[in-house]
Amino acid sequence: MDRYQRQTVLKEFGPEAQEMLKDASVLVVGAGGLGIPVLQYLNAMGVGTLGIVEQDVVEITNLQRQVLYTENDLGKPKLDVVLKRLQTQNSNTRFKVFDTFLSRQNALDIISEFDVVVDGTDNFPTRYLINDSCVILKKPFVSGAIQGFEGQLSVFNFQDGPTYRCLFPNMPGQAEIPNCNENGVLGVVPGIIGNLQALEVIKVITGRGEALSGKLLLFNGLLQSYQTISFSRCPENMAITSLQESYGMELCDVYNTLKLEDLEKLSKEGTTIQLIDVRTEEEYTNYCLPHIKSKNIPLDELLARTQELDLNSPIYILCQSGKRSAVAVKQLEELNLGPTLYHIEGGINRFLTLSQ
Amino acid sequence: MTILLFGITKDIVGSNTLSMPSSSEFGTTGSKTVKELKEYLGKMYPELKKLSSLAVAVNNSYAQDDTVIDNFDEIALIPPVSGG
Repeated sequence: MDRYQRQTVLKEFGPEAQEMLKDASVLVVGAGGLGIPVLQYLNAMGVGTLGIVEQDVVEITNLQRQVLYTENDLGKPKLDVVLKRLQTQNSNTRFKVFDTFLSRQNALDIISEFDVVVDGTDNFPTRYLINDSCVILKKPFVSGAIQGFEGQLSVFNFQDGPTYRCLFPNMPGQAEIPNCNENGVLGVVPGIIGNLQALEVIKVITGRGEALSGKLLLFNGLLQSYQTISFSRCPENMAITSLQESYGMELCDVYNTLKLEDLEKLSKEGTTIQLIDVRTEEEYTNYCLPHIKSKNIPLDELLARTQELDLNSPIYILCQSGKRSAVAVKQLEELNLGPTLYHIEGGINRFLTLSQ
Repeated sequence: MTILLFGITKDIVGSNTLSMPSSSEFGTTGSKTVKELKEYLGKMYPELKKLSSLAVAVNNSYAQDDTVIDNFDEIALIPPVSGG
């Protein structure tokens, strides 16, 4: 029996649509909360070629929503774990894996190899980079995003339809919108939105049904409500011909980053470490590094409290995941205070993973 | 007028919806626009003003700053979210 019989028997789908899936190539950017359900379903349903862009390792705080990963995978590269699982799930699929984060330098090359792109990333710079790259290369992309108990879903740049910038023309500032680390996300919410993304990909590839183009779905898990907002395209957003000079994602490379292990080594050697934890007071009260003394100055108070910093010794900055600490280093760097600034890569999440 | 709140706008206001009484300062006479509504809400909730990239929908359609609204319209404030 053909493994796809349960869907090819659908008269609206049929063997023709199955053939279209087989001939299609889909790039999934991010193998996290959204990317995982997308990859598992597209792979199960018979999409011929799947690309995966991912460079993170599995962290303990990923497990409540990234349900492909197990406790045995902690500390392993997500790309390795996910590839192994998908290969056993469907041996007919061709995989192209990219052990990198999407960047201004590689985005156009990587995306150009695929028919459809899925945005499963967790930050605005990459979302705008994907948008602009897809507009330049004329590729449709299926976008999902989540926060707390809510999710957003849309198909952008599909058959001359509107783009992400037609909804949100400019990237919000770093501190404007909280991320999952600060604000949290209920584990099942990315599962719901990711599954809807997989469905939209199938519709885009096969032309079945109506893709969610020119419409934004707003999902509220607490109210179990699904609201659709329609929007139209702004011609100026279709006229992108080159990527921006910067998407603000490079800041992590520019400043000194330090692995937590190296910080621990310094601490063991007896060096006094000025460690600033820039998470919120509540996060800090709930949990702080047990073995290296730190001081809590939340990111949004940092610039107003610089007098509390000892400017005669290096400043090490820590947060939950390494994102806010990078922002903090960038903000302090602009003040030219003097001491060397380090941000601790992977943040407390990395410590929790390593200490498993 | 009912205003539905999403994402961080819900956290700023502290509820899922915001009802604007017709006697509100925002007014009932003459035509009002999305821009004026945004300014009014910004005065009530200064944190909203900090959102540089806030989409507004009127009766489930994306609205521009000059879109005219009345007391029977359903408004939604939609900030982008980035989580994955």
